[in-house]
Amino acid sequence: MQVLVDTLDPLAVAEAWVGDGRQVAIATVIETWGSAPRPVGSHLVIDGAGNFEGSVSGGCVEGAVISEAADILETGKAKILEFGVADETAWRVGLSCGGRIRVLVERVDG
Amino acid sequence: MDLATLQALNAARAGRRAAVVFTDLETDRSVLCVEGERCADEWIDAMTAALRSGKPGMIMAGGRSLFLNVYLPPPRILVVGAVHISQALARMAAVAGFDLTIVDPRTAFATAERFSGVELIAEWPEDVLKARPLDRFTAVVAVTHDPKIDDEPIRAALAAGCFYVGALGSRKTHASRVERLRRFGVSDDALAQIKAPIGIDIGAASPAEIAVAILAEIIEALRRRDILSGSEAHR
Repeated sequence: MQVLVDTLDPLAVAEAWVGDGRQVAIATVIETWGSAPRPVGSHLVIDGAGNFEGSVSGGCVEGAVISEAADILETGKAKILEFGVADETAWRVGLSCGGRIRVLVERVDG
Repeated sequence: MDLATLQALNAARAGRRAAVVFTDLETDRSVLCVEGERCADEWIDAMTAALRSGKPGMIMAGGRSLFLNVYLPPPRILVVGAVHISQALARMAAVAGFDLTIVDPRTAFATAERFSGVELIAEWPEDVLKARPLDRFTAVVAVTHDPKIDDEPIRAALAAGCFYVGALGSRKTHASRVERLRRFGVSDDALAQIKAPIGIDIGAASPAEIAVAILAEIIEALRRRDILSGSEAHR
């Protein structure tokens, strides 16, 4: 049981991936408005090959966050992404519930 | 976040210590404060408030915009008594996402065969609790029917502010338990926290049904109470 929980824990996964020599970005929901699918504080972790664990929106905008993470892994410069109905990009990637979220994406630096 | 911060945060979480991470959104610098460890003066007030509310969010501090994230230990269940009810409860608790440990000094009950895949410790609860102290994120379920085994962990659970303390036994059995614990100096307020007879009232009869009633009562305590302050949450 413990093993199962650990593999689903994004921050434990991030640490293990760094241990494997992979580059890792951590995305964190820092603000929500309206009916956001995942609460503030939720994590999604992404490696350089686009593997990921966890979620920031239960599947709505993960694709966009993962593609932004590739840039952030390269430059090392953290970014705040915003998704919501008012945002053309977010509409396209589909935050279906009509909420709005801000997501901090940062690289893990050793 | 730098790797050292991530490692220290994961170590605190693995050790069931509450932690707060402050991230400056301008510089992307992170500061970690762990409950029970030293933390710079400028962070203490915000950390105390965050641990009390359990809520992450944006804060302003020293003219800077910070994101504060709170990491509380996941809930777990300590079962005193390797009995038939515990066998069913262990399976159900795993499905519902709780860590569960069973303690029973009676080696005839506490056998690996009866509790395959469950963390089982065949020792006296007071000895186990020395190595692994209770905390407010733990539920204690006492089901041995034996005061020599049940009473001390119940007393310890009330002292530690565990979010749930339940004890098996009829109203009469519970009345004598309350008398014994009162003689040990447990306050009436604390005694009133004990859930007895244990489990929500669904007319449970079999051990598995009683386990359902207990698990439902634990979930209710977790979700409807502010486990940090011990008071009823606003719904």
